[in-house]
Amino acid sequence: MSVLVNKDSRIIVQGFTGKEGTFHATQMLEYGTNVVGGVTPGKGGMTHLDKPVFNTVAEAVDKAGANTSVIFVPPPFAADAIMEAAEAGINVIICITEGIPVQDMVKVKAYLNNYDCRLVGPNCPGVITPEEAKCGIMPGFIHRKGKIGIVSRSGTLTYEAVDQVTKAGMGQSTCIGIGGDPIVGTTTKEAVELLMNDPETEGIIMIGEIGGSMEADAAHYVKEHGTKPVVGFIAGQTAPKGRTMGHAGAIIGGSDDTAEAKMKIMRECGIHVVNSPAQIGATMAEVLGK
Amino acid sequence: MNLHEYQGKELLKSYGVAIQEGLVATTADEAVEAFKNLQEQTGTDFAVVKAQIHAGGRGKGGGVKLAKNMDELKEHAGNIIGMMLKTPQTPGGLNGPGKLVRKVLIAEDVYAPDFDACKEYYVSILMDRERKCNVIIYSTEGGMNIEEVAEETPHLVHKEYIDPLLGLMPFQARKVAFNLGLSGQAFKDMTKFITNLYKAFVGADASLFEINPCLKTGDDRIVAVDCKVTLDDNSLFRHKDLAELRDTDEEDPTEVEAKSFGLNFINLDGNVGCMVNGAGLAMSTMDIIKLSGGEPANFLDVGGTADAARVEQAFRIILRDPKVEAILINIFGGIVRCDRVAQGVVDAYKNIGDIKVPIIVRLQGTNADIAKTIIDESGLSVHSAILLQEAADLVKEVVG
Repeated sequence: MSVLVNKDSRIIVQGFTGKEGTFHATQMLEYGTNVVGGVTPGKGGMTHLDKPVFNTVAEAVDKAGANTSVIFVPPPFAADAIMEAAEAGINVIICITEGIPVQDMVKVKAYLNNYDCRLVGPNCPGVITPEEAKCGIMPGFIHRKGKIGIVSRSGTLTYEAVDQVTKAGMGQSTCIGIGGDPIVGTTTKEAVELLMNDPETEGIIMIGEIGGSMEADAAHYVKEHGTKPVVGFIAGQTAPKGRTMGHAGAIIGGSDDTAEAKMKIMRECGIHVVNSPAQIGATMAEVLGK
Repeated sequence: MNLHEYQGKELLKSYGVAIQEGLVATTADEAVEAFKNLQEQTGTDFAVVKAQIHAGGRGKGGGVKLAKNMDELKEHAGNIIGMMLKTPQTPGGLNGPGKLVRKVLIAEDVYAPDFDACKEYYVSILMDRERKCNVIIYSTEGGMNIEEVAEETPHLVHKEYIDPLLGLMPFQARKVAFNLGLSGQAFKDMTKFITNLYKAFVGADASLFEINPCLKTGDDRIVAVDCKVTLDDNSLFRHKDLAELRDTDEEDPTEVEAKSFGLNFINLDGNVGCMVNGAGLAMSTMDIIKLSGGEPANFLDVGGTADAARVEQAFRIILRDPKVEAILINIFGGIVRCDRVAQGVVDAYKNIGDIKVPIIVRLQGTNADIAKTIIDESGLSVHSAILLQEAADLVKEVVG
């Protein structure tokens, strides 16, 4: 089992024929991901990477049975691409694009309320269920199939955690990169909830950072409904106030969105919080007695 | 991206928001001209000289002065232009070095003639991360620090959430004006003020508008006396005109330079520099430095396409800081190939020449083994690590 994506997902790539889309779709295919085609408006009818290209997402749903989309469309057009996917009936929309205007995402979030779909991202590495489906830009080779679910706002820091888990002799059920923007489709709490309800996931790693209250919300959920051990880390313990640390969403606004405040709440809610990002994998192994 | 007060006011005015009128000057003589023109334009008797820097609390540091005649104006402008203005928000606060004032705004006196009939309000607009929509925050307690008002008298701070698909509805603008206790002409003016302010916020893709104070004048007009405007950097591609308003004099010169090389750099105070790919890993690397007994000297994300040239630039920028006693390079190769970064480190070392501070290189992920061979065979005195914990231990060894 896994969440969001698996070997049966019927995946399309929006922005399929562009540079980014081509590069990553190739990697996804090489990983064995079930990519059934792609969308580039105006290039419908072509074949790209041996897969059909469609003009619209609706056409990809209709003709290729697509139910999952990975978006590599540039920032000015990305919000539109997300809404097109939702309207066409795609269930899982994973938006990799970095740099989408916040006001665009405010509209997207409101628009998606009318559709039965889940958005992951934007500004994220994507979602991977090892040895089944790689939907994003993460390096596939560091993952192993296993029972640890990972939720993170970061890209390379997620890879770090994955690598530690793999090296500690465990593997991953599904890794969800929720993204580093102020507004994301799937929150930390929602991603943790998905993994908590996944029978094959035995432990959850939750990696947050400064800014916002997503980790606190997730921590309260874990306290109320948690049935599996959760190991947590918050990046930015040394970040100065009021500065955006790379990710648009990583900015300390008040006293309750510092790393220290978040770690305190997480500890109070029974999460195994590590101070050092080098100890994520080892701590999970210890907690699970492995 | 932050705007100066005068730029923010021009933006608001272009959307029909009433502002305290003013003209910018960069010398005392220009200030005199500006005052003359302003008097013709508005009929104001007095003028306020306001330092234009990207920091609040300017009045506290002597950066805002009322001039009652031309002599006073010239004196104030002369004193403020060129001063190092210290406010609670400038680097280091009131005890820090302050910020150089290059421009002043010569603004009309909107409190005249009936100072006692004036009333100051607070209005701001920003995006609420929890509700995922824009919110108008307003209060009768204007001209004060809103955080303190919210702390001490939370019932005096109101919020109006805006539906993202509908936008601001007329009843909401009316509600704001009613809740502020306004009636008659002032009520009408406030609904128009709020309506146009929201249009400006959305139109400019702003992430923050703060109008404090927002003034009801003696003759019942509503005007923005001060304004803080922050724009969403991600939206600047569709606001070329606003992007040009960026004042790089207000930013850290090293950070501006780094940006031109595609590096995301923030200067900090510590003794261990770092170079990392990815923002989350960069923040974590700073945390590791601290846990190992050092203090991070910077935040530096070299991005997803770290090549040899970029690595060299990053090196040069970090090495410029005399406080740096060691550098930790932490790369997790996904798309970035570790061997390329390793080659970049070796090249940079050779090109820059004599690098005195110890360097700890931790390369993991794609082609990490080739990278380690490149570093080990280069003959450079570089400490190399594969696991993050090993890198942390090396930092401890070097500076701990």
